[in-house]
Formats: sequence, structure tokens, C-alpha cells
Amino acid sequence: MTATTATTQRAYFGAGIPEINLVTLRGRLIVIEGPDSAGRSTQIRLLRDWLERSGYASAQTGLKRSRLVGKKLQDVMQGYSLGPLTFSLYYATDLADQIENVIVPALAADFIVLADRYVYTPIARDVVRGVEVRWIEGVFGFAIVPDVVLYLDVKPEVLAERVLGNLHYLDYWESGMDIHRDGDMYASFISYQQQIREQFIAMAPKKGFHIIDGDRDAEVVAQEVKDTVESTIDLP
Amino acid sequence: MAIEDSKATMPGKLITVEGLDGSGKSTQIGLVKRWLELEGYKVFFTEWNSSPLVESATKAAKKRQMLSPTTFALIHGTDFADRYERQIVPLLHAGYIVLSDRYVYTAYARDTVRGCDPVWIRHMYRFARQPDLTLWFRVPVDVSLSRAVGRSRGLNYYEAGMDIGFSSDSTESYRIFQTKVHEAYERMSHEFPFYILDATRPAGEQQQEFRDLIRKQLDLTQYLRPRAPAEQSP
Repeated sequence: MTATTATTQRAYFGAGIPEINLVTLRGRLIVIEGPDSAGRSTQIRLLRDWLERSGYASAQTGLKRSRLVGKKLQDVMQGYSLGPLTFSLYYATDLADQIENVIVPALAADFIVLADRYVYTPIARDVVRGVEVRWIEGVFGFAIVPDVVLYLDVKPEVLAERVLGNLHYLDYWESGMDIHRDGDMYASFISYQQQIREQFIAMAPKKGFHIIDGDRDAEVVAQEVKDTVESTIDLP
Repeated sequence: MAIEDSKATMPGKLITVEGLDGSGKSTQIGLVKRWLELEGYKVFFTEWNSSPLVESATKAAKKRQMLSPTTFALIHGTDFADRYERQIVPLLHAGYIVLSDRYVYTAYARDTVRGCDPVWIRHMYRFARQPDLTLWFRVPVDVSLSRAVGRSRGLNYYEAGMDIGFSSDSTESYRIFQTKVHEAYERMSHEFPFYILDATRPAGEQQQEFRDLIRKQLDLTQYLRPRAPAEQSP
């Protein structure tokens, strides 16, 4: 009885959001994952240019950007006091608000939504902190399954060089300082980023991520991003 | 961080109270806290929706009516997780009597009445250990209503369940919402070991019953605060 169209079937990871009907959402959800300084924002900008040149309207979303708690979460993280369960639930609250108020309205208007990170980063961060993966994945059961996920893979040493070159300091959370025990901040950054990277690489086959080598010129990466998007999803 | 911390490894005790707004539970648990403190016991009190990391965001969101059932559930879950990770668990490990005004059951009741998936809600709170004692302050909805309406600040939008759209009249909406929450507590009282306290009785009697229950279930001598060095006998 269901009027199935040729396009992708929308689904939630779990129980979803009761009052939102997925059938009416005809846009596409593209997720770019990867660590800080992997080139996510550059790739999103280039992807958006290409989409808009081709005539597709796009919208953007990303972690810690909700009207509801985005600003507050950014402030709280300056105080370095979030436990891993709180961390996940805070990110989940932030994402849920954006799904309801940014992603869903955009998808309903046939937009291509470009998400600068999604559920996978909080999941990877939590698993590294010893939180049960089944719990955290279940919490994100309200989220919409994206059409394609691209993971920009960059070796931790290269990341460190980029971060230090740009900012001249390493971020507390991105260095895993909350779970750090010995060695200096650089050593902590390298080992933490490697742990996160291993989580992503382990998730990739299960979740169907496309791993893209981010340690190349932005134009080369952009071409692969574009080719991957073109070959995996049919644009509406 | 393990999802389920075994009770056995935590010497403290967790006592929680549940009930409708206006059931008198906060007054009662507040008196219990004062009593235990004055008697020299290690006691800590925490209440729903009070984490400094989250509370101001929740307040602002409620004022501007920005919460959906899903974000309402998640933001309260975040608040709870913060208090749980930073206070409840460490204090239970340190042998405290932790008094909690509302616990996961509040979320089970309210969020499912709001239309969230009950399995998802329970999953979200799966990291929380079962309390050692939960008192349900049972009052008829009409009593709760008259007490809540009588408060100077009146009924707020979410307390009255106005977001669910039961009624555009706040008193009527409150009555419908609280009736459903009351029914949810009623169902949970068969599933969880709630101690049911008749909260229509005089407040003094309720307090005696509460204290008797604590004396019966806890060996209070284990929770005595160590004496300050100055007080120690030579």
C-alpha cells in the first residue's frame, strides 16, 4: 500500500521523532565527518558552491549550532567540566533541536542539507571514554539516517601540524585532556585523535561511510567528495 | 564510565521522592534533609532540573517555548546526567545519604505523556541506578491542582502541559496533563518498589512516616559525619 518512490527511503536510527513524518522529506542529507582541521568547512563550502551552481538549494547544520543550547554548550565546554554521559546528552539535545528546526524544514523544501559532523562524532568520543556504544547509539535513535557520510581521514601528526600552524595551541577537548593521564598535551592530542580515528575506521563498513584521504590538496579532495556524492545519491 | 554502577560498590544510600506538582514532596524531603543534617549525618540534596551546566538554557527555552517533546526529554536528561555524574555517584561512593527530589520516574511519566517513545526514554536513563527507597507522594489531581494554582507564580506553560495541546485553557490543560502523569505513576507503582505515602494527610504525620521509614531501612550510624578534629577527645 505504501507509495514507494524511486528515491531513497528515509529512516530514523531508532524510534525517531513522533510528530515528524519522514515521507514528506524529499531533500538530501549529506554528512561530512572528520576531526578539526581535517578540512571539513572548506569541503562543505566547495560542495555547496558546486550544488548551487548546479541549481540545488542547500542548508547547513553542525554540532553546537542549535538555537536551543548551542551557545550554552560552547560556554560550558570552556569550563572543562562535562562528564561523558552529560556530554552525549548535551550534544543529542543540540542535534535534536537542529533536526527539528533546521534539517527537517530544509529537507521538506527539497534542500540538500550539509551537516558539518553529525551523530558519529559524539558516538566516537563517548566510546573512547568507555561509554557503552549501545547506550549512546540508542540515545541518538531520534536522528534521521543521512543519505551519505563522508569521513575526511587525516593522520593525527598531520592534524597537529595544521592545528598548531593555524591556532598555535591545541584545544582541550580535541586533545582528550579530560581523559588524559600522563605525557604532555601534544602526546595526548596524538593518542586521542588516533583513538577517535580508529573508531571512525571501525564504524565505516558498518555504517557505510566513505573514507576520503584528507591529507591532499583541497581541490583534489573536493573532486573526490563531489564524485562520491554524485555516485551515491541521486539528487532530487 | 560504566552504564550501570552496582549498588554493592557504593556504600551510600539513594532516597528519591516522586509525585505531582503540589503533592508536598519537596517540603517533606526538605524537612528530612534538615533533620539528617542537624543529627550530624552525611547528607546531600539534589533536585530535578538544577544542573548549573544546563539549567539556564532550559529556563530560557521554556520561557520562549522552544522545546518539543524530544528536546524537552533530552534537555532534562542532560541536566540529570550532569547531576548524576558529578554529584550523585561520587557522593554515593563517599557514603552519603543522597536525597533526590524527583528521579528518572518523573521523566518516564512526563515524557511518555508528551508522546515520546517509552522504550527510548527508559533507554536514555539506563545509566541511572535504582534508588534504595522511592516514596510516591500520592494525592488526587484536584488537590495538586488547587495547591499549584494557589502558588503566586501561577501555572507555567510546560507544567500545565500546554505544549501538548490538550486544551488552550491552562487550568484545564494542567488537569488533563496531571491526570495522565498521575496514571503513569499509578502504573509504575506496580512495576517499581514505590513506597506509597498518602499525601493528603497532615504534613507532620507525613514527616513522621518518612523519618520512620528511613530509620527502619537504613542503619543511620553508618552515615554519621566524621567529627571535626577540634571536637575529638584527647
